[in-house]
Amino acid sequence: MTNTKVNLCGIELSNPIIPASGTFGFGYEFAELYDINVLGTLSFKGTTLEPRFGNPTPRIAECASGMLNAVGLQNPGVDKVISDELPKLRSVFSKPVMANVSGFGVDEYTETVRRLDTEECIGWFEINISCPNVHGGGMSFGTSCEMAERVTRAVRDVTKKPIIIKLSPNVTDIVSIAKACEAGGADGVSLINTLLGMRIDLKKRKPIIANKTGGFSGPAIKPVAVRMIYQVWEAVKIPIVGMGGVSTAEDVIELMLAGATAVEVGAENLVNPYACRDIILDLPRAMEKYGIESLADIVGAAH
Amino acid sequence: MKDVNLKIVSNKKIAENTYECVLLGDISDITAPGQFVNIKLDGFYLRRPISVCDAVGDRLTIIYKVVGDGTEKMANAKAGCEWMTLTGLGNGYDTSLSGERPLLIGGGAGVPPMYMLAKKLISEGKSVSVILGFNTAKEVFYKEEFEALGADVTVTTVDGSVGIKGFVTDAMRGLDYTYFYTCGPEPMLRAIYNSSESSGQLSFEERMGCGFGACMGCSCKTKYGNKRICRDGPVLTKEEIIW
Repeated sequence: MTNTKVNLCGIELSNPIIPASGTFGFGYEFAELYDINVLGTLSFKGTTLEPRFGNPTPRIAECASGMLNAVGLQNPGVDKVISDELPKLRSVFSKPVMANVSGFGVDEYTETVRRLDTEECIGWFEINISCPNVHGGGMSFGTSCEMAERVTRAVRDVTKKPIIIKLSPNVTDIVSIAKACEAGGADGVSLINTLLGMRIDLKKRKPIIANKTGGFSGPAIKPVAVRMIYQVWEAVKIPIVGMGGVSTAEDVIELMLAGATAVEVGAENLVNPYACRDIILDLPRAMEKYGIESLADIVGAAH
Repeated sequence: MKDVNLKIVSNKKIAENTYECVLLGDISDITAPGQFVNIKLDGFYLRRPISVCDAVGDRLTIIYKVVGDGTEKMANAKAGCEWMTLTGLGNGYDTSLSGERPLLIGGGAGVPPMYMLAKKLISEGKSVSVILGFNTAKEVFYKEEFEALGADVTVTTVDGSVGIKGFVTDAMRGLDYTYFYTCGPEPMLRAIYNSSESSGQLSFEERMGCGFGACMGCSCKTKYGNKRICRDGPVLTKEEIIW
């Protein structure tokens, strides 16, 4: 009998699978397809203080084994998320959820977290300091140790719930950023967000995406994710939520061996809306194949 | 929405760069003309969104234009091959607003969804006129198929090699219609929006990530708020469009 349970910052997950923010909406589109209560949890669509339309279209481009997106944090704003989206999410999902929060200034992060903090369904905050698709915010916090620590500390002051800082791979040294978050009081870090990329339309001789650059995700980026999770695991004591190119149960095991306590699945949800359910159903087979009795035992076992 | 395995019955060229493909499988989630399907192809990460031309029982007809590597691969697929396909995507056209004499305008790769729409409107007893716009004679397809349904069909070509020389809007002038439905390239939609004398419904195209509303890749602004072309569209009403 295999055991898929893991404990993420004090909350037990029945399995480590978490749909990544921005690829799963607020869950209810997917609940039409399968009972999403099979998930460990889900990280909902990145929420900001004010409503955002995001970037102009085209926002999507295909790549070999992956895709670029430059959605730019489209969301209805925190108040509408609380009044409209969370009730719908709660009607289809009964477990604690991960609230993904983004901002353009320290005050915006803290105010959004403060408003969400009283929502009982929220188990964790995932603080996105790594969106590559918005200017003047997001990633600029994730590329400086000082800013990363400052945002973490400020959010720490407004919530007692676990905070997980979502890190950018578009940095020279992700380890130092992770350590800064730990120093600021983070309960965990999640990595990696998308890699900054570009594709060009040969007929038009212009970038395909209106924003010119977009975040690269999909199976192609998995080796980068594995490497960064491995490096961060050696440097911090707080748990890591791993993500980047996960599409199979074997990928989940690989990221956990590198050091991930839980694993987010992103782009794959868009091409196979059943991806998370399929991976969860397949985990016991893969565990048996590799002689794993309990997934919690293999976290960081590759070191 | 349902993810189903569809088997190719036939896949043949019907005009320049244009293929008609008949697929067999569970297409019960296709409920309205103007909806689309999203097809998974080996070797390509994202699916290919293709409009529904016709759906009868378990037979789905799609017509697609070869515009890139993905549609090129589709064109090379043989009968018997299977494609995993998300079916029943998008809102589709609402026929209840058509009035007695609806006008259907399809441009190029926007012609196919007009076929199932014409069929439905005719079955509802409406007197249907269709304008099919192409660049040139060798791109023309489905004229006879629309006529066989009992629609009054006008073809336009930009170079005048067949039908009326000019754009679909040239053929619209002087026509008496109660409502319009259209699908085609955005400049055509814009011209129809500006010259049409009735209200109507327009179907839009956009690069999509998922095709079912999860990724926000294909959002647009409307007078009724932000909409996702794939989920809240692809059909928008004339009244709500912001250009």
